[in-house]
Amino acid sequence: MSMTTATLRPNETGLRTDGRLERLRLFGLSSPAMLLILVILVIPVGWLFYVSFIGANGEFSLENYERMIKRRSYIRIFITTFQVSVLTTGLCILIGYPLAYFMAQLPNRLANLCLITVLLPFWTSLLVRTYAWLVLLQKQGLVNQWAMSLGLWDEPLKIVHNMTGTLIGMVHIMLPFLILPVYGAMKAIDRDYLMAASNLGATPRKAFWTVFFPLTTPGLFAGALMVFILCLGFFVTPAVLGGGKVIMVSMKIVSNIELFVNWGAASAMGVVLLIMTLVILWIASRFLRLDQITSGGR
Amino acid sequence: MKRILAAPLAVALLASTSAHAQDKEITVASWGGSYQEAQSKALFEPASEAMGITVKQETYGGMADVRLQVSTGQVTYDIVASGSGSAARAGAEGLLEKLDYDVIDVSDFYESLYSDYCIGGDVFSVVAAWNTNTYGEDGPQNWADFFDTEKFPGSRAYRNTVSGALEPALMADGVAPEDVYDVLDSEEGIERALDKIRELRPNIAVYWSSGAQHAQLMKDGEVDMTTGWNGRFDNAAKDGGKVSYTFNQALLDYDCFAIPKGAPNKDLAMAFLAEISKAEYQDDLPKYITYGPTNKSAYDTGEISAEVAAGLPSSPENAAKQLPISLEWYTKWEQTAAEMYQDMLTE
Repeated sequence: MSMTTATLRPNETGLRTDGRLERLRLFGLSSPAMLLILVILVIPVGWLFYVSFIGANGEFSLENYERMIKRRSYIRIFITTFQVSVLTTGLCILIGYPLAYFMAQLPNRLANLCLITVLLPFWTSLLVRTYAWLVLLQKQGLVNQWAMSLGLWDEPLKIVHNMTGTLIGMVHIMLPFLILPVYGAMKAIDRDYLMAASNLGATPRKAFWTVFFPLTTPGLFAGALMVFILCLGFFVTPAVLGGGKVIMVSMKIVSNIELFVNWGAASAMGVVLLIMTLVILWIASRFLRLDQITSGGR
Repeated sequence: MKRILAAPLAVALLASTSAHAQDKEITVASWGGSYQEAQSKALFEPASEAMGITVKQETYGGMADVRLQVSTGQVTYDIVASGSGSAARAGAEGLLEKLDYDVIDVSDFYESLYSDYCIGGDVFSVVAAWNTNTYGEDGPQNWADFFDTEKFPGSRAYRNTVSGALEPALMADGVAPEDVYDVLDSEEGIERALDKIRELRPNIAVYWSSGAQHAQLMKDGEVDMTTGWNGRFDNAAKDGGKVSYTFNQALLDYDCFAIPKGAPNKDLAMAFLAEISKAEYQDDLPKYITYGPTNKSAYDTGEISAEVAAGLPSSPENAAKQLPISLEWYTKWEQTAAEMYQDMLTE
């Protein structure tokens, strides 16, 4: 303590006051955003928690949570939800990462053209894209008809109204969310690093895995996380392409509102999904540096 | 001075006109689309004209909306259109006014088509429909045929919720239609029906969630057989779909009108329900949608031709072949059965 006071420079106190004022000013600037978050996020989520403890008779009760333990379907629906989300994220990485890599190698004009084609689906309604997949993939759909007339297979393949169809539709919708941050991270990598690696004797493969790939991981994690979390709450695509066999949490929330005419029965599922998502984020943050995602990949 | 006098006068005027309007205006909420359009043309508009009142129409999202209005004391709907099952549950929960059958004349109604809280507005059937390309005109004639994949090989579609899903399974399992609801009156009985559906499950390609969906499935030839609402198949066939269905062993269900608890114009709403339940309005409904009237005497006014009647769920001949949905059963069991059904679906 005496050490620090001893080493105080004459203007130290003044600088500190300035610093404090600066922080206050910044806080003032962010207050509208914080107020907005309070109004549209904190209060509704708090209300959701509260309502989930209200039973059918309007009094405090744990029945909405007891039901989830007692009935086997709930745990299975949560498993399906996470299964679909993990598979979609994995497939998006498998397809999206090489595509982003390919785009990053192209000259700028071609890369921009590719980027537009990646973004194009964003301009079409999600519902339209989902129904388009239904038309393409069903028994008498284009894919089956063409493949059968080309002799690729004889019987119509079951590629919709099940998990396969759901994944095809969801991967298509989620792909841009993965490609964009990965592409951004790749474009930010200085080519000199790779040249330096080869100069030091690394094979192209070794240079990719020890230099290039690690530098893209923040973008990859950001994209994967975004895809995963968006998948958890998906409704339309699994409802249309899942054929009633792929039941996700959001679908059960809707049917519970209709069945129990009770917000609590639905809120409790929302609360459990929220907590499970937070736990997964927390676990992810133990292994991955989540702060890298927000710090722009450097 | 002038202004000071004028203000209260205007207020008084406003108050008297709005009070007057309130006497003569009711708000009706329904499902929208071609369904509400049919209701509007056949029932709401002519009846409001005859009674000299204004009927304000809205669309709504079902009993969850009514619950919200009743629980916050801000009831704006005087009449709501609803499925019979959800109305029965809402009634049991205390969200609806008891209907006064001294005001509403139901002497010519099918007995199963009105209840304490809800009066039938139109009748539809849950039928077995089949692809005529696959099976020709002689498709499944009863639920045993529908569940028999040796006699009728091919894919099926089935309902994704419990409503109207257990009764066919039990009839296929050999239970006589009149005993279905007795058997279902226990968890073992429900489980028996679920087991029958489990047997069929390898052949169920899709669990449908809406009428538009099962109509599309048949039109596209995606499945060879499905359960579903008759009106949708009529429309699909009109559009060139290769689909036919039978009323034999079908489930006779209905949509109905109810009055939310604390409706602002309850008495007028009751009188309006009495008016639209008359045969003279009910007999116009089939002109706009292929759902049948709930008032039997609508078939006697001459408005509904024999040909049209043959295709309506509630014509005396067709009604006799069907099992009327038991609302008491749905009130008592639907939540439990729906959860058991979901367990079966997610296995």
